[in-house]
Amino acid sequence: MSKIDRYSSRLVTVGLAVLLVLLAVGCTPEHNQSTFDATGPVARSQLNLFYWILWTAVFVFVVVGGILIYAAIRFRRKPGDPDPEQTHGNTPLEIGWTVAPALILAVVAVPTVTTIFYNANSPDPGSLTIDVVGHQWWWEFNYPHPDGSDSVVTAANELHIPVDEVININLDSKDVLHSFWIPKIAGKVDLVPNHPNQMWILAEEPGEYYGQCAEFCGVAHANMRFRVIAQSRPEFDAWLSTQAQDAVEPIDPLALRGKALFEGDARCWSCHTVAGSKRARGQQGPDLTHVASRAHLAAGIVENTQANLRKWLEDPDAVKPGNLMARDAEVYNDPVRELTGADVSALVAYLRGLD
Amino acid sequence: MTTLAIPLPKRPAHPTGVLAWLTTIDHKKIGILYGVTAFVLFITGGLEALYMRFQLAQPGQDFVSPEVFNQLFTMHATTMIFLGVMPLGAAFFNFVIPLQIGARDVAFPRLNAFSYWTFLAGAILLKLSWFLGGAPNAGWFGYAPITGSDFNPGHGIDYWAVSLQVLGIASLAAAFNFIVTIVNMRAPGMSLMRMPLFTWMTLVTSFLLVLAFPVITVALIELMFDRFFGMNFFSIGAGANPLLWQHLFWIFGHPEVYILILPAMGIVSEIIPTFSRKPLFGYPVVVLSGVIIGFMGWMVWSHHMFTVGLGPVANSVFALTTMAIAVPTGVKIFNWIGTMWNGSIDLRTPMLFAIGFVFLFIIGGLSGVMHSSAASDAQQQDTYFIVAHIHYVLFGGSIMAIAAGAYYWFPKMTGRLMDERMGKLNFWLVFMGMNISFFPMHFLGLDGMPRRIHSYDSAMGWDLWNLVSSAGAVVLAAGILVTIINMVRSAKQGEKAGADPWDGRTLEWSIPSPPPEYNFEQIPTVHGKDAFWMQKRQRVSTVPVAGASGDSHDIHLPQPSYWPLIASIGLLIGAYGLVYSATWTGIIVGAVGLATTVVSVYAWSFEPVNEPVEGAAGH
Ligand code: HEC
Ligand SMILES: [Cu+2]
Ligand SMILES: [Cu+2]
Repeated sequence: MSKIDRYSSRLVTVGLAVLLVLLAVGCTPEHNQSTFDATGPVARSQLNLFYWILWTAVFVFVVVGGILIYAAIRFRRKPGDPDPEQTHGNTPLEIGWTVAPALILAVVAVPTVTTIFYNANSPDPGSLTIDVVGHQWWWEFNYPHPDGSDSVVTAANELHIPVDEVININLDSKDVLHSFWIPKIAGKVDLVPNHPNQMWILAEEPGEYYGQCAEFCGVAHANMRFRVIAQSRPEFDAWLSTQAQDAVEPIDPLALRGKALFEGDARCWSCHTVAGSKRARGQQGPDLTHVASRAHLAAGIVENTQANLRKWLEDPDAVKPGNLMARDAEVYNDPVRELTGADVSALVAYLRGLD
Repeated sequence: MTTLAIPLPKRPAHPTGVLAWLTTIDHKKIGILYGVTAFVLFITGGLEALYMRFQLAQPGQDFVSPEVFNQLFTMHATTMIFLGVMPLGAAFFNFVIPLQIGARDVAFPRLNAFSYWTFLAGAILLKLSWFLGGAPNAGWFGYAPITGSDFNPGHGIDYWAVSLQVLGIASLAAAFNFIVTIVNMRAPGMSLMRMPLFTWMTLVTSFLLVLAFPVITVALIELMFDRFFGMNFFSIGAGANPLLWQHLFWIFGHPEVYILILPAMGIVSEIIPTFSRKPLFGYPVVVLSGVIIGFMGWMVWSHHMFTVGLGPVANSVFALTTMAIAVPTGVKIFNWIGTMWNGSIDLRTPMLFAIGFVFLFIIGGLSGVMHSSAASDAQQQDTYFIVAHIHYVLFGGSIMAIAAGAYYWFPKMTGRLMDERMGKLNFWLVFMGMNISFFPMHFLGLDGMPRRIHSYDSAMGWDLWNLVSSAGAVVLAAGILVTIINMVRSAKQGEKAGADPWDGRTLEWSIPSPPPEYNFEQIPTVHGKDAFWMQKRQRVSTVPVAGASGDSHDIHLPQPSYWPLIASIGLLIGAYGLVYSATWTGIIVGAVGLATTVVSVYAWSFEPVNEPVEGAAGH
């Protein structure tokens, strides 16, 4: 080998070694969307399948890649070498290396098919069913009403589920494609308008999980996230019955002024629903009946604090570039109707009370 | 022949300078035009990628806005696929195929020129969108319904759809041309099973093009109907199922993947035997597996749609067909290694790139098997894991092979060798840059990083690998820079190559470098595979014994023509008008363009291939 070759190939080896070490370090479980940290049967079945294929692939790579490199080094031409023998092929060998990959693939194919069917069929179709609707760029979650009636309880961007129970999810979209993905609980299924989909999930540990829209859906695709809160059955029931109630009526004068603005000049009502309000019945934005109970704002982008809510109402586009509230609400696109600082304070006071 | 009434510039007889290039119908010149144009466009696609890598180098950056980011990834992919890899392949088809089959030109030389100029027209139109109100922003896959006017009111999508149609015309013209050329114009004795592998793969690719492009054409026409005339093919409010687009797109899109990789496999199947001094191991099997890959490429499209909800039966079937494609692919890899085994391997730059191709393609092929498993793909689909995969097959695969081919045939094209030391540097920079840039994307994807996000949060734990990947992109860019420098310098002052610098095996090495306009003074006769090698080693002459006059003045070549160029300019104008077809100006411009094309095609069909030119005695 020439000097430059030897130097380069050594660099490659070192590079690969460093990569491997970094990989080991890089895969620690605090990674919020790591698929290696499966906490439910669906994600686990997918992870097991992945490992099975991964090790098969690593084996094939080491063998075939190794032979390739060996051949490249072993059979290098030396000055004065005669022409090698002009062999044209070898039938048994060729049959062998057609059959071998086919066998290896069979090893992968069988668990693939069983896992596909395992994930596709809910083990308990009668259990809790949640309707998920994707919007540019936030999530609507509809739960069956705890009173057993046909009406639904609508929440947004924060999916609450009881732990250790099969949850059936119906997926639909009203605008473009989205994809519902909670990496630690289940692989993704797309939300396709006019083509409703189903999936099932189960979370084994209580806690907060990260979810993310995985299908490109426009400007704010990166910021279309959500959280899953898995909690014990009693906690979940309590949460759901709170969500089922109408919004709290404000008493504080500032909040009252906020409500008046919300249902009046600021025209928030045209896009947002606040249950209990006659005016606020809009559908274009997330339901705000219990917005203060949520831990995050704007589809999992920022924490739901007083300061962030203020920022959001002052300039939503700065918090989440491209979002439709910033684009379409008159208070942001018509300078005459712009909110004053006092208006924002009033709205914040009102919304912070909606828990 | 009747002369046209319109006073047109006289048909160029022996044009020189720029005019020679504008009117050329010589497949070698057209090949070089294709190559240079596509390489420049490839670099623009690379710059688009660099912008994205700068943006993603660190969390939460504002280097580009989300709007621009979406245009960048759309344009990057569209550019690399349609304006980079495909036409780079076409450059080799053009330059090499007639030489490999012992022909003096392609079957339809003017159609060939038309195909190049139309490709250029499509490229200009697409790239113009950056400056005329914004590039397309819905991804190269343009999934409905986000491409509809409700969600995408600007003209970016119109530019995208219309320029893809124009590029489709170029591809179809080229594909038909090469099918006819390869079927009809082989030298005597070159039976199908004596054809060089690159010629074989070009044939298969051309069939794929002819069959695949009509599908995307239909899909794009439906999209254009929706956008221009308010139809309802993909309109959600009217009840359309947007999966229609996905099916059509991927029925085109998956064969397209093989359109990108089969020529690469053909190139590598030429280089590995040459630099191992052995015939291709298992030639019939390699040919057959190429044909099978081309055929099976039609049966796997839904593996791009594992998460859209087609149901477990469909997902299982498409998972299995997709896995099955790994068999012929594996067979090819084994045969390349079989060729090297016991060979006498010379690790010159083309061979380094070819081995690099095989190595990286193994990785890309294996990650492909990972997401062919639909259930496991549910975690990988639309994440950086897929980004890693496609770059291993398209960069590690197609581009590495194209680089190998460029180093290999450059001396034939220019008469000069590319510098070997810079070549080695080039290879190692590109090889390492590509691995540093793309390998970490596997980890990012498995760590839950979705594709097509303009930014990410530090809390997600993706910082490190994104930074590494961006650093790799810079190394890669340095590698490409070395390619440019090496090409430009070597074209002027490289070592003289002679006819056969690599001890080649196929007919293109039997004629001078660069080849004369007529390629072969005597049409060769072929007695087996590796015809030129046989001639050299076994003294089986490729030149017919009788009539070896050596008088090139008897050779009649088709003459240059303006019409292909003008017809393509008409298409450019017409397509531009079509983008604005909602306005009267647009309609008028479109009509003018269309008329220009129609008139030129008409004039061209009445233009004799050869006409007696006054003054120039009996060429
Ligand atoms: C044109 C329709 C529209 C109007 C008018 C509108 N919004 Fe919104 N709002 C939205 C949309 C859409 C979102 C979701 C944004 C996102 O996350 O992408 C949203 C989100 C919000 C959120 C965050 C909800 C959550 O859980 O993340 C709050 C709070 C909010 N709006 C308050 C208001 C207030 C207060 C007003 C009146 C000043 C208002 N909106 C007016 C459409 C609107
Ligand atoms: Cu999205
Ligand atoms: Cu595919």
